[in-house]
Amino acid sequence: MSDKLSDKLRWVRTARCEDIPLREARSVKFGDREIAIFNLGDRFLAVDNRCPHKGGPLSDGIVSGATVACPLHARKVDLETGNVLNAPDSPQCVAAFRTRVEDGVISLELPVKTAAKEKRLEVCFEGSARILGTIQSGI
Amino acid sequence: MECLGVKVLVNRSTTEILGDRKAAGVAFKEGPSVEADFVVVAAGIRPNTELGRKAGLQVNRGIVVNDYMETSNPDIFAVGECVEHKGICYGLVKPLFEQGKVLAATITGNKGPVYEGSILASKLKIMGVDVFSAGDFNEKAPGTDAVRYEDPALGIYKKLTLRDGKLVGVILVGDISDSHRYMDWLRSGTDLTKMRRHLLFPAPVEDRGLDTAQMPDHETVCGCMGVTKGSIIQAIHEKGVNTLSQLKECTRASTGCGSCTELCQQLLKAVALEFQEETKKVLCKCVPFAEDNLREILRSQKLRSVQEVLDIYGNGQGCEVCKPALSYMMDMIWCGDHDEDRSARFINDRVHANIQKDGTFSVIPRIRGGVTSAAELRRIADVADKYNVPMVKITGSQRIDLLGVKKSDLPNMWADLGMPSGQAYTKGVRMVKTCVGTEFCRYGVQDSTSAGIELERRLENLYTPHKVKMGVVGCPRNCAEATVKDIGIIGQEGSWQIVVGGAAGKSVRKADLLITVAGTEEALEAAEVFFQYYRENANYLERTYGFVERLGIEKVRKETVYATEEVRQALLDRLRKSKALAPDPWLEGANPRHPSQFIQIEPIERVSL
Repeated sequence: MSDKLSDKLRWVRTARCEDIPLREARSVKFGDREIAIFNLGDRFLAVDNRCPHKGGPLSDGIVSGATVACPLHARKVDLETGNVLNAPDSPQCVAAFRTRVEDGVISLELPVKTAAKEKRLEVCFEGSARILGTIQSGI
Repeated sequence: MECLGVKVLVNRSTTEILGDRKAAGVAFKEGPSVEADFVVVAAGIRPNTELGRKAGLQVNRGIVVNDYMETSNPDIFAVGECVEHKGICYGLVKPLFEQGKVLAATITGNKGPVYEGSILASKLKIMGVDVFSAGDFNEKAPGTDAVRYEDPALGIYKKLTLRDGKLVGVILVGDISDSHRYMDWLRSGTDLTKMRRHLLFPAPVEDRGLDTAQMPDHETVCGCMGVTKGSIIQAIHEKGVNTLSQLKECTRASTGCGSCTELCQQLLKAVALEFQEETKKVLCKCVPFAEDNLREILRSQKLRSVQEVLDIYGNGQGCEVCKPALSYMMDMIWCGDHDEDRSARFINDRVHANIQKDGTFSVIPRIRGGVTSAAELRRIADVADKYNVPMVKITGSQRIDLLGVKKSDLPNMWADLGMPSGQAYTKGVRMVKTCVGTEFCRYGVQDSTSAGIELERRLENLYTPHKVKMGVVGCPRNCAEATVKDIGIIGQEGSWQIVVGGAAGKSVRKADLLITVAGTEEALEAAEVFFQYYRENANYLERTYGFVERLGIEKVRKETVYATEEVRQALLDRLRKSKALAPDPWLEGANPRHPSQFIQIEPIERVSL
């Protein structure tokens, strides 16, 4: 983490529900980082759009319940936890993000980079806000 | 059945069918009503007694017969569902067989054997679950003991009812392999007092053939087709049967409901000299049925969407193995007239391009027969420039591959190319490779390019169980390697040879000769007939080489080129119907199935992560 920038989890309005067909996913780009949002019918789930195995685009995978199979080599990712369910050796995972839907808009709780000054300001305004740890991967 | 998603309500008396003109639900005396779009009323079998009545026979519920199967007129006999014997009407096939035997004796002048009534037993397959019931299973009757075994996770339930140490009733669900043993006890009234500890789990025997050895030869193994143990053994000896499918073909045993399959296997194991076990592979643990069963289920239940199949016959979720397979079946069985669900397709079939290791795609336009033009090549070159295509490659299939394309560029590239999809990304018709043939070649004896282009035109855009690569050559020098293609057409002086099941990939296999024909149209038609036969009968991801080897080329010939005109025409008709509903997939570039099919979604609120 750099001195000037720090991360803070906050809700980000991201996509419209109708953008994502049932049991499919679409990826959304924030700078260089892509996040895959999945439509499971009763809810939306979001994970980093990079399979920890070989970087495959998870948003292009086939959904099965609350898991997705990476289109490149069929690594199965649990969309709730981000854990790879069939990693052969060491455990692997992708970052998973909380989602919520309001007025047909899907918001994701993302680790947004904030300049140090702004951060102080926000802390003033949101004194009671939970300061959560940084998300491990991809930053 | 509840595990399969069917809610079962028992002990309900129906008071009303709700709805005005169209069914909306069913109301019960005992509780809340249920919603319904469709109501099926099953009332069992009612004897058709009209003929008996007209003939002036004594008729109660059914045509009354005595123990010799004689009606009230001793010159008229009756058997089956229409008769009433000792006040009982039977609605099953087994009593009919038993009555038939008595009748045969009576009318052939051997009157003597009497029909004493049947112990009602039924062996059914209800939504894929084996069920067997026989006798009286009311355990509340005085002096009745019930012995039970239950494993809900495996879907197994067994219950025996005993009275005075004798078996009086059996219910088996999920595992009916012991049903014949129980039937035997029921019929013979064997005293089971000494065996009470081994009723549900017989003491393990070393001799695995003992079970079938205990069956007498005249006992029926397959109730649907009326095949006895004796006739199965006879077929095994006389016809050299070694596998279950051979047995099915020879005797028809196990071709009805399939509940005697296990018993047939045991008999084969015990008797056949070179028994080969055929393990029937289920598609996937999400939908635990063999693919030929699933095809039958889709057809008979008229299921037109993948999710519907998963909801009714599977775990409701499916996975990356079964969903594409079911998608293929849907498309093939309904000739394209199904509810296409792209979420059940692999990414390649969602965006009609082949995903590469970095998540980009490759674009291969259709170049029929490998014959292109300067203008077409110029357009391809311009497209490669315009979209900064990192690699342009000549493929092994006489086509041109543009690699490293972003998903969002696909629709514009297709429009600029102005060529149809080469479908190099799907389990479908790939291409027809050709040599130049009589057009230019000194040795050519047939016009292979025209024939190849026409073949490609007739089959392109269709899905197949696995990719289908074809080749047409103008002489036996075989420059386009037709003998190692899924379908190859080889020109020779005055005729064409059609070969199938060739491969030159992970497996290398020389194709088998399907037929030799004189005319080009006949050659194309033979290829089409085989093509549709493969589409309808191969398992998903089974290449033609595996398919032809599994079935044997003799059987393939018999059911395709040597089949009756009607059968061949029906295959061609279904092929044409599918073809009519199979457009060039790249047309979706201009008319996407979903607004975000190809585009990258921009976040509503931009932040940096």
